[in-house]
Amino acid sequence: MELFTNQVLAGIATGAIYACMALAVVMIYQAIDHLNFAQGEMAMFSTFISWQLMQWGVPYWWAFPITLIISFAGGIAIERLLFKPLAKAPVLTNVAGFIALFAIVNSVAGLIWDFTIKQYPTPFGTSPFLGSQLISTHQAGMIGVTLVLLIALYFFFQFTRIGLAMRAAAALPESARLVGINTSWMIALGWGMASAIGAIAGILIAPVVFLEPNMMGGVLVYGFAAAVLGGLSSPLGAVIGGFLVGVFENLAGTYIPGIGNELKLPIALALIITVLVVKPAGLLGRPIVKRV
Amino acid sequence: MTAMLNVKDLRAYYGQVQALHGLSFALDEGSLTTLLGANGAGKTTTLRAICNMVRSTGAIEFEGKPLTGRSTENIVRLGIAHVPQGRGTFTTMTVEENLQLGAISRNDRKNVVADIERMYEHFPVLKERHTQQAGTLSGGEQQMLAVARALMLRPRLMLLDEPSFGLAPLIVRELFKILGKINREDKVTILVVEQNAQLALELADQAYVIETGRIVMSGDAKDIATNEDVRKSYLGY
Amino acid sequence: MSAAEEVITKAPAVEAVPKRGMTLGLGASLVMLAALIIGPLFLKNFIIFQMTMLLIYGLAVLALNILTGGSGQFSLGQSAFYAVGAYTSAILMEHAGVNYALTLPVAGLICFGFGFAFGQPALRLSGIYLALATFALAVAMPQLLKLGFFEHWTGGVQGLVVTKPDPPFGLTMSQDMWLYYFTLAISLGIYIASVNLLRSRSGRAFMAIRDNEIAASAMGVDVALYKTLAFGVSAGVTGVAGGLGAIAVQFVAPDSYTVTLAISLFVGMVIGGVGWLPGSIVGSAFIIFVPNIAEHISKGLSGAVFGVLLFLAIFLVPHGARQVAIVAEQLVRKLKK
Ligand SMILES: Nc1ncnc2c1ncn2[C@@H]1O[C@H](COP(=O)(O)OP(=O)(O)OP(=O)(O)O)[C@@H](O)[C@H]1O
Ligand SMILES: [Mg+2]
Repeated sequence: MELFTNQVLAGIATGAIYACMALAVVMIYQAIDHLNFAQGEMAMFSTFISWQLMQWGVPYWWAFPITLIISFAGGIAIERLLFKPLAKAPVLTNVAGFIALFAIVNSVAGLIWDFTIKQYPTPFGTSPFLGSQLISTHQAGMIGVTLVLLIALYFFFQFTRIGLAMRAAAALPESARLVGINTSWMIALGWGMASAIGAIAGILIAPVVFLEPNMMGGVLVYGFAAAVLGGLSSPLGAVIGGFLVGVFENLAGTYIPGIGNELKLPIALALIITVLVVKPAGLLGRPIVKRV
Repeated sequence: MTAMLNVKDLRAYYGQVQALHGLSFALDEGSLTTLLGANGAGKTTTLRAICNMVRSTGAIEFEGKPLTGRSTENIVRLGIAHVPQGRGTFTTMTVEENLQLGAISRNDRKNVVADIERMYEHFPVLKERHTQQAGTLSGGEQQMLAVARALMLRPRLMLLDEPSFGLAPLIVRELFKILGKINREDKVTILVVEQNAQLALELADQAYVIETGRIVMSGDAKDIATNEDVRKSYLGY
Repeated sequence: MSAAEEVITKAPAVEAVPKRGMTLGLGASLVMLAALIIGPLFLKNFIIFQMTMLLIYGLAVLALNILTGGSGQFSLGQSAFYAVGAYTSAILMEHAGVNYALTLPVAGLICFGFGFAFGQPALRLSGIYLALATFALAVAMPQLLKLGFFEHWTGGVQGLVVTKPDPPFGLTMSQDMWLYYFTLAISLGIYIASVNLLRSRSGRAFMAIRDNEIAASAMGVDVALYKTLAFGVSAGVTGVAGGLGAIAVQFVAPDSYTVTLAISLFVGMVIGGVGWLPGSIVGSAFIIFVPNIAEHISKGLSGAVFGVLLFLAIFLVPHGARQVAIVAEQLVRKLKK
């Protein structure tokens, strides 16, 4: 029993990473109806920006908001410059665009900051949380931030005019234009927000996985798994999905014989495929009506 | 009276296909005009062209301002509300959110709450269901919601595409009564596309009949309603 | 914020390609073929090797094109099928001593079965969800190949070395040149078969599904069967390409078949033009040579240069090489007049 509880705790701790990333994935999926394969790289780049600011002597709590603002603006700029022109192009062309963006961001980060791993500070400290060796204060802080972010997003979408407008633009662009919403800018805003959320995710994850240009590769796959598990149309689902994937991964590693570290990833992926097949809309997502 | 909306030589295209072949017409301020015609005549296309939702050429002026080159959302913000064919309801949002969306481009936020109350007076069913997802409303209720949503803009001009579609005859009369009231009391100019020609002509002051993208008849609604020939050849009743 | 209405109004994922538009005119085909046959006689071995790889990746892109351009299904997981094909050939050659040429049909068949089986659950998915599921498959594959359980056969992380075949019948040409012509013959056979497949009844069924699944099923097309079949055929062809790749590179290892390969093949298809089979070779050239060119332009920034070139390509010709071909054809016609 002790082992079980500990593994669940450890799972929740890693799950927080996935939850954070999944939230960013869902955010952009809502805004633009695509999965941005470059999202992890954008998050990594943002994290490097904050690291660079701190290297220049900017305190953590200044570097953090400055990075969010830069990421927000950067997300909007990327949309306006690179993806707005592709809005009417086939879906496949857009996916190719994400791949190109991935290559560019990864390579530029490598050139500026090179590929050696770097320590990244945490404001929460790394002592055991409530006396548990499995979950550190940083991981507890991470869970807290994820939950606060989730609640903030909920309020934004439910109770603000701009949140309502964004939902309308995503659901039915044509009707949204007919009530006077500038849908094109709503998409740009979605990019900006997703980029800023990605930055938060990166900054929280970096102390755990260390900072380097390829830090997000694995995390993004888990983020996708979590988002799919929870339902791509539900931010709450994404967060729950993140924790579930983390717990599931840990328990499978402990209790199913023959699953070592190397099989953890395939397990997570098998989970994606199973959920997709059994319940494509995810745990909390809305069902998808087929086009006629 | 000066014309509020002036349309000159309007041509519209879907890809290579031309759907409108040079329409010209004008709507007087405060008037209630109906646009009639068979299926595929180009009624929907005309309304869409006014809101720049289809590629078109020609000149459209609204209260002296040319609409050419403006985006749909900018045209709407000038005070033109459009209830599209098929209603365009935000089905996953609540009834109240749909009404809020109707007013989303307005700057006088204070009055929005009062306006929502007014809509509930016009359409009491909407009040009963205000927290319900709009997709769960019946077709008729959704149609009322669509009209109410358009009114939330406090429009100067309202374009309605077959508002009676799918409604029971009694409800249609009710709806048209409300439209008449909005037209008279709130001074909203209305252009309504209708299949139910008889009823539309009763309500309207002016009427245009179009056929394959051209205006073939225009005049006083009463004259057209009483003209045997027109009725038989174009309106089919 | 829901998927419901969007899905209803969204255009099909793949734009319809007219049936005639899927191939190349006879004249252009012959010129291309002549170039492929005569070319290597004047080239160095290393370049011949690269041309062999060009054909092999061309086959893999073609396979993806059958799936996506033909039946409208996404895949970001072709590297998994490619890996299975490669390992099948390698294991048969090295452990069972089977002749290299005979391993290819086996690789194709095994991959066909694998693809067909994978197509079953994939049936319930479309668009982005299918892309994700296949992506997951591609990410998982190298991990599975590394498993200690299979190590005796697969060589684990180390992989397997494959012997390069000699030219048969006492032909006097280099091994590379022989392998090139061998690959060319197989590629041609598969290309012709694919063109015929897409022109056949099955091909029409694929395309009906691609254009409108519900309408297709209303017309009496067995949607489930043809969708899984498309997966099977695509995987089978990819498997043959993988087998050829193993023989050409003389080596198989888990990390040669990462998701990067799947993504490259996908990029190749977009660059070549979705649904335009001859474009496969153009796409293949892009994914083989552009990274090299990028490396030349800037060592440190090769990834960025590759990304920029890819962006340029999709901005200038969002429909890929097919678009270029159409423009060229119109030009030629004008000149003739
Ligand atoms: N999206 C489209 N693509 C191609 N052609 C179209 C499109 N929409 C309409 N058309 C064509 O334009 C013409 C006018 O259509 P429109 O929808 O304006 O007719 P309508 O008068 O509103 O008919 P109804 O009473 O049936 O609604 C028709 O011939 C129609 O086939
Ligand atoms: Mg119509």
